[in-house]
Parts: sequence; structure tokens; C-alpha cells
Amino acid sequence: MSFINYASREINCKIVYYGPGLCGKTTNLQFIYQQTAPEAKGKMISLATETERTLFFDFLPLSLGEIRGFKTRFHLYTVPGQVFYDASRKLILKGVDGVVFVADSHEERMDANVESLENLRTNLREQGYDLDKLPYIIQYNKRDVPDAMAIEDLRRELNPAHVPEFEACATSGEGVFETLKAVAKLILIDLKKGK
Amino acid sequence: MSNPTLVMYEEESREVNDALERLLKEANATVIFLVDKNGQLISGVGETERFDTTSIASLTAGNIAATGGLAKLIGEKEFSILFHEGEKDNLHISIVCGRVILVVLFDSRSSLGLVRLRVKKSSEELSAIFQKLLKKSEERVRRSSDFSFAEITDDDIDNLFS
Repeated sequence: MSFINYASREINCKIVYYGPGLCGKTTNLQFIYQQTAPEAKGKMISLATETERTLFFDFLPLSLGEIRGFKTRFHLYTVPGQVFYDASRKLILKGVDGVVFVADSHEERMDANVESLENLRTNLREQGYDLDKLPYIIQYNKRDVPDAMAIEDLRRELNPAHVPEFEACATSGEGVFETLKAVAKLILIDLKKGK
Repeated sequence: MSNPTLVMYEEESREVNDALERLLKEANATVIFLVDKNGQLISGVGETERFDTTSIASLTAGNIAATGGLAKLIGEKEFSILFHEGEKDNLHISIVCGRVILVVLFDSRSSLGLVRLRVKKSSEELSAIFQKLLKKSEERVRRSSDFSFAEITDDDIDNLFS
């Protein structure tokens, strides 16, 4: 649910990065934070455990520039990926405008990918959303690992609806901005339609 | 969708700011923020420049969401008031109209009792404004043909990323 402020001429939208534990959601946000000009970003907040695992969420506010005199601001959130933090994940999906599903390319993480995607669908449904109607992108992360699964296999399991997809390596930044741009664009197109 | 897009118009924005300015004075507060439950800052009055308002908005919404989750687990609908006491500064956080969050920061020049009393009065005023605003937004969405964002072109969107 975006927030349009005619008084300050701003459009605010919320993007949530979802995916199994250790798939690279926080790394995506960290790369975006590092590569963005200071005037276009706010402070990045990470509510993490002492071992740097996300406990509640990471948050990064970004300004993308103006569109027809309106400043566009995107609030990027990650969810905690570990299975037992499901109550927290549900909370973060409230008011979401667009979702990025970050999949782990490691072969042994395939079950975790499938489980997390199913969990995303269930949690969205509980909030009254339908994943098939939301701006939604899939990112196949960790393409650089030696045992990375073939894209065709990942696609068959995780992207039967053929939503836009990107290959990425979040630690080096490959594919990170492409993913962000794609989801931001889908959100603005939805807004244009007056959804 | 579970919630319609929240739209703030200039008229209501002025009314909200007036109500917040009055509360700031009457409660002797340092700064007051109004935040959407999804973490978007709607308005702020007082010494706002001293604070990272975007982060405060996001964390307040996270806080309300987490305590709301706790409330449900013990069979409550929500906890409508939260109070955080610090050494010098305190935060009084309350839910208005079930939809927006009112954050009042105050120090020893005020007191919890005074803040609670004044917040209660202001909440009624703010509720009325937001109810009016939500109705107006819904009507605007229904008449989507005059929704100015429909005029956004694909080129406008592409230009953002060039």
C-alpha cells in the first residue's frame, strides 16, 4: 500500500526482500547502500542478532528522483529468513507494494527455496494479498558458487508463472540493481493503473 | 488488497499539522510524529531536524507491529498505547483511528500524565481528519479516471532509472 502525499509531493512505496535463511537478502541491501550516493539514501537499519543473522528486519530508505514533480521514495525491507521467525515475517509484509524473492542457487538449498516461496504465498494471503497480482521479481542469487543449479532447473521449480527474473551475485553486486529497478518499475506501473 | 492507498491532500495535511502543533504546545512535548502503520512518515512538528525521522518512522511501525503480534497471542486486539521511559527523554506511542501512529517525545518539562491527557483529546480530532481522508481517498480511487498518476508515461518511469 503506497502512500501518496500531495502536500509534500511525495510517493512512498514499500519493497520487501523475501527468501530462505542466508540466501543474501541483507547482502542485497548492503550493496545498494554502499553504491548509492549519500543524498539519495537514508540510514540503513539492521535489527540483527550478535551473529549478524537478521532478527526482525533490515531497512533502507532510497530516493529515486522525481516523476511528474513527485519525489519517489522506496523503503526496502528484508525479512528474517530463518524458519522460526515466521511471526516477524508476517508483520513486515504488511502494506507491501512489491516483493523480491531471493533464491539461493546452491543445490542443497533448493528445498529451503521452495519452502520459503510457499511461506511467502501463505503469509501474503493472510494479509489479503495475492502474490500473482503483486509486483513480483525473482532473483537467482549466488550464481558464482561451484555447485550452482542450472537456471532452467531453478526456473522450473520456482518460477512457473514466468515473472521477471534475474541472475545475481549479491556479494559482488551483479544483478542487484537490475532486480531493484525491475521491481520499482513494476510498482510504478501499478500505481499508474491506479491499483 | 487489504488496505487502499493512503493519500494525503493539502487541506487535510494542514489540518493534521495544526492539530499536531496544538498538541505539541499543550503537552509541552519536544517533537511529535505521525506515522502510517506501514512505516511511512506522515507528518512531524517540533524539533524534527534533530532526528532521523525516516528511521524513527520505520522502527515505530515495527514496534507497533511487534507489540500488536504479542497482543494477539494473549487474546487482545492490540495494545493501543506504548510508553518508553529513558533517562532524559521518553516516548509515548499511541494508535489513532486504528490506522496511524502518534509518537510524542517529551522530557522532564512535561509528564506522562499530561501527555496522556492531551494525546487523548488530540486523538479524537486526528481520528475525524483521517476518517474524512480515507473516505476521500476511496472516492478518488473509485473515480480512477481523474487520478493524476494515470498520466505517468512509460518514459517517465524509464527516466528515473537512466
